[in-house]
Amino acid sequence: MVHWTAEEKQLITSVWSKVNVEECGAEALARLLIVYPWTQRFFASFGNLSSPTAITGNPRVRAHGRKVLTSFGEAVKNLDNIKSTYSKLSELHCDKLHVDPENFRLLGDILIIVLASHFARDFTPACQFAWQKLVGVVAHALARKYH
Amino acid sequence: MTLTQAEKAAVVTIWAKMATQADAIGAESLERLFSSYPQTKTYFPHFDLSQGSGQLRGHGSKVMNAIGEAVKHIDDIRGALAKLSELHAYILRVDPVNFKLLSHCILCSVAARYPSDFTPEVHAAWDKFLSSVSSVLTEKYR
Repeated sequence: MVHWTAEEKQLITSVWSKVNVEECGAEALARLLIVYPWTQRFFASFGNLSSPTAITGNPRVRAHGRKVLTSFGEAVKNLDNIKSTYSKLSELHCDKLHVDPENFRLLGDILIIVLASHFARDFTPACQFAWQKLVGVVAHALARKYH
Repeated sequence: MTLTQAEKAAVVTIWAKMATQADAIGAESLERLFSSYPQTKTYFPHFDLSQGSGQLRGHGSKVMNAIGEAVKHIDDIRGALAKLSELHAYILRVDPVNFKLLSHCILCSVAARYPSDFTPEVHAAWDKFLSSVSSVLTEKYR
């Protein structure tokens, strides 16, 4: 089980409370597809991904980004139980979606950059530390059921 | 991985803004690195790494100056950083994985300071540029 200090929990929940999940999720997924274009391999059915503008405006990207970040919110709500929170999703990503877990790390780091750009000076190094820990734990939980 | 003309332009444009705060960005990036990835401190046992330390600022400046050189010679990063490449290969021998970590922290610092300029396209260009710089610095390792 992951150990969170009171400070880490506070830094995570206070940032999360100010996150617009729809906007942030859409932006994080769009940036993933733009900065690391090979990640588009999982989204062939999403339509027009031919340029950064197309990706940013793509309604399926936006909707899926929101879905992914909403799920991320479950981790924030269950910091002491992240492993079991993502057990089924881990199986899904392995057995049905066939996603290389490296992509979880890539998306986690992109999310951190999006948070940095939204919260600016408030996203202090201490804040980043807590969030790097969280995205790492989530990535690990999502990879845990792979076989 | 070669940078397109558009990507080079994006890198150069943002650098012009960053240049005035380069030292502070360098120090902040290192602070983020040592805080989020404590294992990176193992390369600096001889440093005072506390916030605001003169050594931290000094080293941050060094790193950003080198990046500035790469920007200035963006068509020949390999040539511009040849000496640094040898330094890292034969003397410093920083494990290659750490270049990704520092690049990520630099991107965080830039995103935090220039949110409206840090569009997805600029983000992609800088990620690629820093990846290029990292490649050059590790290419003589073996």
